[in-house]
Amino acid sequence: MSNDDERPGAWLPRERDWQPPALAPDYRSSVARSPRQPLLAFPTTPSEETGPVFGHTLIGPQDHDLLHNFARDGASAIGPRIVVYGQLRDQSGRAVPEALIEIWQANAGGRYRHYNETYIAPLDPNFGGCGRCITDANGYYEFHTIHPGAYPWPNGPNSWRPAHIHFSIFGQAFAQRLITQMYFEGDPLIPLCPIVNAIPHREGVESLIAKLDMEKTLPMDSLGYRFDIVLRGRRQTYFENRREGL
Amino acid sequence: MSSKTPLLHESPSQTAGPYVHIGLTPIFSGVDGVYREDPGSVMVNDKTSGERICITGCVYDGEGAPVADAMIEIWQADATGLYPSPQETRGSADPNFIGWGRSAADPDSGEFRFDTIKPGALADADGNLAAPHITVWIVARGINIGLHTRLYFDDEDDANAGDALLAAVEPRERAASLLAQSQGDGNYRFDIYLQGARETVFLDI
Repeated sequence: MSNDDERPGAWLPRERDWQPPALAPDYRSSVARSPRQPLLAFPTTPSEETGPVFGHTLIGPQDHDLLHNFARDGASAIGPRIVVYGQLRDQSGRAVPEALIEIWQANAGGRYRHYNETYIAPLDPNFGGCGRCITDANGYYEFHTIHPGAYPWPNGPNSWRPAHIHFSIFGQAFAQRLITQMYFEGDPLIPLCPIVNAIPHREGVESLIAKLDMEKTLPMDSLGYRFDIVLRGRRQTYFENRREGL
Repeated sequence: MSSKTPLLHESPSQTAGPYVHIGLTPIFSGVDGVYREDPGSVMVNDKTSGERICITGCVYDGEGAPVADAMIEIWQADATGLYPSPQETRGSADPNFIGWGRSAADPDSGEFRFDTIKPGALADADGNLAAPHITVWIVARGINIGLHTRLYFDDEDDANAGDALLAAVEPRERAASLLAQSQGDGNYRFDIYLQGARETVFLDI
């Protein structure tokens, strides 16, 4: 692993060869939007070692429930009902509690509720497509939503995005800020997607694929999917004669 | 217990895509009634200490076109140089300052805007002083991993001259890409160039 380098600073440097590069030409939008100069490598400072805090008072009772948080009273979103849950950890494997996770997604037909959206699939009047929650003391989060549809997009002549849910994650430090996407086990569109294929390692791709979890499935209600997320970690420290981290 | 447990890999980043607004600024995107307000839309209140400033700017792609679907976040210290974060170890920050803001680029012009306060200079644990600055983080369709940069102030010559990060920029003239231009009355302009002769210095920090 490459991140045990000599650069000082309290947080491990990002593994840039594990993350997708800025320029991935098969993903056409990246061509004009990718920096071409090398990034300036610098040790973390208090500016990156701190981060905003979002208290539980921010979160409304239905914020995590996309089935109902935009729906009329008594109604719910159309589509296969799912529970998406998982644990947020850092690179040392430690749970990250009290972290804000925001998600957004298309509806079951693959249509987003957005002013730039032009896909012919209809909107669902009872589905907005956004949700959020704060991880619990053990780093767990949980959303109730519908399985989003795949949809076409103007990358190549016949490009389709695999079904996915966007995740935005804050850790305890701004150094950990991350946006990613969750995919679904068994989706044949995953290996065809140039956004997915920007990830250099197959193991990295697999880490973004949620697995069906029958233990989490709500009988006669919703299928369960598990999606664990790893944020950047701190350098090892010594604490009470026990090594943390490495 | 083994003294050395292998580190996990960070989850790979994926682009925020063109519909990032639904998740991060839903009211701006027209998804009304789910949240009370868009997170990060208000950074200061009447009791916040410090000089009020307004930062506007635009992200430009390699063809010079505004990135009108960009989402910009900032994170900054209070007027005394302390962060409103549990991870802040140097003192207690202004309780009336959140330090974090989020602005969706205007869908037509690509302009973003933050109404905030000017941060103080920051002393690190070794007593080194960093010039007043704001962390800036940019995501959009076509950006595979969030771009991290810093905004410094062009009216802080003395502080900027002693700043270790600005001093590390090579070639030297590229450091100008990190300076917000004062326009008077607390207004600053900070344009971000993703590519080209004026490419902004982005950080691996």
